[in-house]
Amino acid sequence: MAEEMKDLIIDYIRNEYLDEEDDDMELDESTPLITSGIVDSFSMVSLKRFLEKKYSISIPDEEATPDAFNSVTSIMTLVQRHLG
Amino acid sequence: MAYSEQVREAFRAELEGIREKGLYKEERLIHSPQSADIRVEYPEGAEVREVINLCSNNYLGLSSHPEVIRAAHEGLDARGYGMSSVRFICGTQDIHRKLEHALSEFLDTEDTILFPSCMDANAGVFEAILGPEDVMISDRLVHASIIDGIRLCKAMHDTYKHANMKHLEQKLEEHQDKRLRMIITDGVFSMDGDLAPLDEIVALAQKYDAMVFVDDSHASGFIGKTGRGTPEHFGVMGKIDIITTTLGKGLGGASGGCVAGRQEIVDLCRQRARPYLFSNSVAPPIISASLKVLEILSATTERRDRLEENARFWRQGLSEAGFVIKAGDSPIVPIMLFNAKLAQDFARDLYEQGIYVTGFFFPVVPAGQARIRTQLSADHDIPMLESALVKFKAIGDKHGILGLDKKAIIAKFGL
Ligand SMILES: Cc1ncc(COP(=O)(O)O)c(C=O)c1O
Repeated sequence: MAEEMKDLIIDYIRNEYLDEEDDDMELDESTPLITSGIVDSFSMVSLKRFLEKKYSISIPDEEATPDAFNSVTSIMTLVQRHLG
Repeated sequence: MAYSEQVREAFRAELEGIREKGLYKEERLIHSPQSADIRVEYPEGAEVREVINLCSNNYLGLSSHPEVIRAAHEGLDARGYGMSSVRFICGTQDIHRKLEHALSEFLDTEDTILFPSCMDANAGVFEAILGPEDVMISDRLVHASIIDGIRLCKAMHDTYKHANMKHLEQKLEEHQDKRLRMIITDGVFSMDGDLAPLDEIVALAQKYDAMVFVDDSHASGFIGKTGRGTPEHFGVMGKIDIITTTLGKGLGGASGGCVAGRQEIVDLCRQRARPYLFSNSVAPPIISASLKVLEILSATTERRDRLEENARFWRQGLSEAGFVIKAGDSPIVPIMLFNAKLAQDFARDLYEQGIYVTGFFFPVVPAGQARIRTQLSADHDIPMLESALVKFKAIGDKHGILGLDKKAIIAKFGL
């Protein structure tokens, strides 16, 4: 389950935020997303909406912080908390 | 609560943090009118030196043009210095409306509304027309003022990868359930100098029933055969629903901005756009001079033609010298250095040689994409650019980057 979620999120990030020319870029569960500039805080909303739809959860705006979205690991923690 | 030592300390710590990250911005004092060559004091207290200016938005060289200055004087004499009012109370003179009509004609739109700046136009327009049932779909590299405007608006917001039409199409499909869709882009991207593919964007907008918004601040007056901007370049004049632009760059360089577009959108801005309603009217001398600017540009394409020639010469010269530059059809030519420190060193070395440019790095541009942005003007001439090229080559040589591609520069300097 966790493995599946990880792959799904990494796939989404690759498609949504990286260009073809970034294909050789390494992206794993600990890669910084926001602080590295891969995902900017302005474009983060689509990732949030994707998670909410996929897992039928609702993430309050005050929890959707750059910190919480800075790595796949921290995103998974956030999602799992809402999955209950 | 007073301005206590504690408060002072807290603010000082923040400032120190900015300094430590190397992001502290300093102003340079210019002792001359804005021009292709200026007299600069930097750092403050240093001897004033004459430098070639390659970082202003004075694309058409109109900032200090004698006819423009004369028109400003005439406006000052005929209509006074300031309005001391917002537009709708007692801040609208005949010449304000005249300029709005002239802009509509120049940009081929149904109507135009002036704002104190284009920053204000972008900050106010979305909130005035869109609501929670709507969606704004913006390019990821739009200007900061558009981002602010989007944040102030209650419509849903989504983004697409820079100039990526496949991704935009995906988003338009995804948002078919919304009441209104608006595609939002810069015409010319200010940090990259590339143009948004407006022909494709307009086609997608028609296919997916969306409106199109274009900020043409870095295009109005010179992109397109007669300088009408990116819609002219792509053959889609009259098909853009909202154009925002500034009077503070190519169109004279003083200040002021506008929303030009569909009648109802302009009318709604007059009723609801907060920066229009609650900020002072643009001063009469600026209005009068802006009318002159549009008159000059409508009479002859000489200035935009010269600018185009200068940009072509400059792009070709830099490429042949072995620099990595971003491709584009605009007078914004970024020289890619990738490494932030290299960009800063490069700009400093050039200044020592009498060339004024600025280095840009994260967070102003994406991480690992540090660059020197150069901007051409119709005021430059070829001998001036030739001499600047010699200096660029010398500094490029000093840092050993001439002829290196992206990978090689990154291998040498890191990211
Ligand atoms: C794309 C873009 N839009 C808007 C603005 C703001 O224009 P103004 O100086 O009129 O507020 C700028 C200027 O920096 C810009 O580059």
